[in-house]
Amino acid sequence: MNSQAPVMNEQQEPAVGQPYTRNDKASHDLSFSVRDLNLWYGKNQALKNLNIDLFQKNVTALIGPSGCGKSTFLRCLNRMNDLIPSVRTEGLVEMDGRDVNAAKMDVVALRRRVGMVFQKPNPFPKSIYENVAYAPRMHDLVSRKADQDELVEKALRDAGLWEEAKDKLQEPGTSLSGGQQQRLCIARAIAVQPDVILMDEPTSALDPISTATIEDLMDRLKQQFTIITVTHNMQQAARVADYTAFFHLGEIIEYNDTKVMFSTPAKKKTEDYISGRYG
Amino acid sequence: MSNTFDDISQQLKRRHRKSTRLKWITMGSLGLAGLFLVLFFADMLNKGLPAFQQAYIQVEINYNEEAETDGRQAFEEEFLPVISRTVVRTIPLELRNNPDMVGASTNEWVLVDSEVDQYLKGNRSSLDPEQEAAIDALVESGKVEMRFNTTFFTNGDSKIAEYAGILSAVVGTVMTMIVTLAISFPIGVMTAVYLEEFAPDNRFTQIIEININNLAAIPSILFGLLGLAIFINFFGVPRSSPIAGGMTLALMTLPVIIISTRAALRSVPESIRHAGFGVGCSRWQVVRDHVLPLAMPGIMTGSIIGLAQAMGETAPLIIVGMVAFIPDASVSFTDAATVMPAQIFTWSGEPEQAFVEKTAGGILVLLAILISLNASAVVLRKKFERRW
Repeated sequence: MNSQAPVMNEQQEPAVGQPYTRNDKASHDLSFSVRDLNLWYGKNQALKNLNIDLFQKNVTALIGPSGCGKSTFLRCLNRMNDLIPSVRTEGLVEMDGRDVNAAKMDVVALRRRVGMVFQKPNPFPKSIYENVAYAPRMHDLVSRKADQDELVEKALRDAGLWEEAKDKLQEPGTSLSGGQQQRLCIARAIAVQPDVILMDEPTSALDPISTATIEDLMDRLKQQFTIITVTHNMQQAARVADYTAFFHLGEIIEYNDTKVMFSTPAKKKTEDYISGRYG
Repeated sequence: MSNTFDDISQQLKRRHRKSTRLKWITMGSLGLAGLFLVLFFADMLNKGLPAFQQAYIQVEINYNEEAETDGRQAFEEEFLPVISRTVVRTIPLELRNNPDMVGASTNEWVLVDSEVDQYLKGNRSSLDPEQEAAIDALVESGKVEMRFNTTFFTNGDSKIAEYAGILSAVVGTVMTMIVTLAISFPIGVMTAVYLEEFAPDNRFTQIIEININNLAAIPSILFGLLGLAIFINFFGVPRSSPIAGGMTLALMTLPVIIISTRAALRSVPESIRHAGFGVGCSRWQVVRDHVLPLAMPGIMTGSIIGLAQAMGETAPLIIVGMVAFIPDASVSFTDAATVMPAQIFTWSGEPEQAFVEKTAGGILVLLAILISLNASAVVLRKKFERRW
């Protein structure tokens, strides 16, 4: 387990529903700190009073049955929910000491620091090169062509795609296989050097081999980035995540070190879910 | 009761019969539509193709001094009833412009009068049997010949049938379409982008949307009235001009472009927008860099179809005065001009048999342009269609 593993919360009910507070962990190691987050789709409340601290340079998995709010929560972190007109959010989502929902927060700046990989690989309908180079160029991270080439190569290397793609950089991104496309999307996300990468079921559309490749990749990428991933696959959570949060009906039932959670779940609901009794 | 296959087949018989009957009915309606199309094309080709042929006569032109005042003096007496009046009429002018031609004589193929031309094509004509016999003799001697009718494509309108051509109408149509496209394409696309990508979904935008859809269904003549009232009477745009007609047709084309652009934007998968937002694009960057390029084939197709529709439009142009007699192609956007459908409309009102042919010929030209426009829309779509 990671050396940054948190000290468990010394509470009457240890680490159940009440995740880590700021006292557990030095604040500079926190990526996100979420307090009393509520979210409504129109009149339906999708997230109920969430409190959770997410740690830097770790993989955190969000698990739970369909419709439990885990993807919705993930999208709160880079405000992708803004795109849905009926969504209303209350509460604090803090990153780097700033409330991401604040009026002053520039959502473009937020998304530069918090990248996202989606469920279905969605490369731009452009060349492989252009897929990676587009965002850095847009954010003025590179000016010279040579820098841009270098950055594209680095991002593709980090995403483990360089060897497969280096000879066909000018071919459309959509010409790659599904697993390669997803790695291209990861390369696209890390090309702007974000702090956090959100992954919304990144392997659910992929075959087992591609899935394994992406999982290895997540393990390597957490050296550089904070990864928060949603997954339906409990084995995957157990394999890749340092921490796991279990969502149910819009609430966080349990949040803990992954090993602890999968070996000795504190709540009956968690145990039922991870043993496959429902979900 | 047991259900053997036979029992079930028995019950199904009626259902199968019904679906077979329906299949034949639908095929029949398709066949009927196809039949009418074939009939229409056959009739148009039958009537219109002869317009691309014209009789010419080989005559001796003597540029003598009498011809300076009376063109008829340049030709032998017997050919005069056969030669087109326009040819005779231009002789004095020609001589006045080139005085040193006096005394010369040439042997040329010149236009034949439309009545003779119609007789040669086997149509009704006003010739008496004696004249007919004389012409038969000329044909026999090889002095009268059917040739490709270049006059039809190089001349503007004329009251003399054999001299009337479609050029000024084609030029007028092109100029009008340039104005229409220059106005309706940017405004239409921008409007659609705003409504589809930026506007909130509220009562106000819903009302706008309903009204745009209704505008597309408004009788086009009302747009003509609007153009007359606003552009010509209020803003003082010159009447009959391509700019007035083009602006009027732009009003008519706008809803078509807006609707097709919105459909094209909507067909761009949401995942592309998410990808853009995910890497920190602003809304405008998402639209400009990712959504519009993907929607472009659809937008262009819709715009070309809208333009083709406008090109075939006559009613609103009648109102803004574009059904005019235009012998010379206009050179500026403020000159009086006419367009192809209006030219066809004008010709269809002429009593002479020769103009019936011109009408069908004009329709063929218009059809050819429309079909090639629509074909280019299909080609554009195929060419730029991208998978994602």
